[in-house]
Amino acid sequence: MTGPTADPAPDVRRTRWRMLLQRHMSKIVLAPSCAAILLFVYGFVLWTTWISVTPSRLLPVYEFAGFDAYVRLWQMGRWHIAMTNLILFGGLFVLVSLAVGVLLAALIDQRIRAEGLLRTIYLYPMALSFIVTGTAWKWILNPTIGIQQFVRDLGFEDFTLDWIVRHDLAVYTLVIAAVWQSSGFVMALFLAAMRGVDGEIVKAARLDGASTARIYWGIILPAVRPVFFSAVVILAHLAVKSYDLVVALTGGGPGFATDLPATFMYEMTFRRNQINVGAASAIMMLATVMAIIVPYLYSELRGGKRV
Amino acid sequence: MSDDAAPPPGRGPAALAGRLALFAVLGLFALYYLAPLLVMLSTSLKSIDEIRSGSLLSLPREISLEAWGHAWNKACIGVDCSGLAPYFWNSLLLVVPSVLISTLIGAFNGYALTKWRFRGANAVFALILFGSFLPSQLVLLPMAQTLGWLQIAGTTSGLILVHVVYGLPFTTLFFRNYFVSLPDDLVKAATIDGAGFFQIFFKIMLPLARPILVVTVIWQFTQIWNDFLYGASFAAGDAQPVTVALNNLVNTTTGVKQYNVDMAGAMIAALPTLLVYALAGRYFVRGLTAGSVKG
Repeated sequence: MTGPTADPAPDVRRTRWRMLLQRHMSKIVLAPSCAAILLFVYGFVLWTTWISVTPSRLLPVYEFAGFDAYVRLWQMGRWHIAMTNLILFGGLFVLVSLAVGVLLAALIDQRIRAEGLLRTIYLYPMALSFIVTGTAWKWILNPTIGIQQFVRDLGFEDFTLDWIVRHDLAVYTLVIAAVWQSSGFVMALFLAAMRGVDGEIVKAARLDGASTARIYWGIILPAVRPVFFSAVVILAHLAVKSYDLVVALTGGGPGFATDLPATFMYEMTFRRNQINVGAASAIMMLATVMAIIVPYLYSELRGGKRV
Repeated sequence: MSDDAAPPPGRGPAALAGRLALFAVLGLFALYYLAPLLVMLSTSLKSIDEIRSGSLLSLPREISLEAWGHAWNKACIGVDCSGLAPYFWNSLLLVVPSVLISTLIGAFNGYALTKWRFRGANAVFALILFGSFLPSQLVLLPMAQTLGWLQIAGTTSGLILVHVVYGLPFTTLFFRNYFVSLPDDLVKAATIDGAGFFQIFFKIMLPLARPILVVTVIWQFTQIWNDFLYGASFAAGDAQPVTVALNNLVNTTTGVKQYNVDMAGAMIAALPTLLVYALAGRYFVRGLTAGSVKG
């Protein structure tokens, strides 16, 4: 600087202070977010954990009462139904979404016309709220006005599709709607990965006379294996968190035949005044998610990939 | 000979048959995905008499927007009969600040984590990232209490706070992964020229970040607009977002069930995100694949 400065001291001091500030600015900028996450995520998880070992019913009380709430939770028939449903719904949802998504990706990969249009159609459900799509599916699956009535009107008097009102089958309607919502997303994931597979190997296989089906089975699908892993984690995670879909489609019914842990937790906490049991069920949900996420993150990080 | 990885379009009747089968399968799937939307739309345009007499898939005989009008400002949600309109504005009032604030903070975080790295920056990132895997059920109870203490329970401000906080892991993730791919030399050069932390952010990084900015805004917009759980748990009566109001509308048991109004309501609640998808589907897909952990 060439300015006429009579006293350089304040300037130097200011510069030094500015440099110090500059150096720590990134920490200062991150601090509020970190504080918020520490409180609202970690703090709240501990809070919920603590509630789950207290005698809290209508209002939270903060005294230790042992693991009573967990014992009661696992004695409740309704919780067993919710967990069984989660395994049934989650398992089918993940498998069918994967199958449909991979199939669509492979089909769209065949250099077809109207690819853009088809992709748009397959993926749009993901942009919608489960409350909206649940409302639509509830109406379509309603036996007296939906598909069942439609097919009967066509002359097939005995046609029955009344899953949504059946105790034993209502949970499968959740799968139908959830697959409809998410399989396009699986397709997008796989399509992107398939486009990245080395074309030379495929060309060589084709010269050797391998059929398209064989090429997909033997070369392309194994090459996109990491996507299977990610897709399973994402879908399973979605299944554990499913709440709005159940609320909109079946309301947990008939009875509580389509309860999932997420709806169970809400019911116990906000409607039945059993907030310690609600908290205990939330902790069980966290444990389930962790069982899926931790191995995934571990392998991602170990592989040296960016998260 | 094709120089592409995809199979060469074959000749002969066998290849033609294969092609036809391919399109048949794709077409059937397209129908499966489109059917609910078409049924929703066509039902919403029918009169209630026509719904009872006609069938699910028949097109409306005469198009009537009455159900839409009814859903918009006459339908009863609880005891209040002013339609979805006020709740629609609630959602808008909620989504705009929530998206802007969470995106801006995410951009700052991503920039700070990658361009002014400090010891433990990765640990900080991991700490923040965990929030994106958390099942919302873990925070419902403490959050309800905290909002009560802050005296913003049941209000839109409370809900904005919730969406900003739990959106942060995602917005930070997006910007962090984007900024990490930009050369560090940009910052170094600018520092030598005397630019500071914020100058570099606003003059260099933010303009460069336009693609990820669009992705993040769309992502947050759809997530917050479509949210139901937080809205149902933390917003009371007048402050409820449109998804909660729609659910109440559909599950109102009094009176004759007006399916056309229900479907019109669902369409109204779906329109903003459908519009975003139609206008910026490309970015929507990118957002899904970049931050695909949110449920």
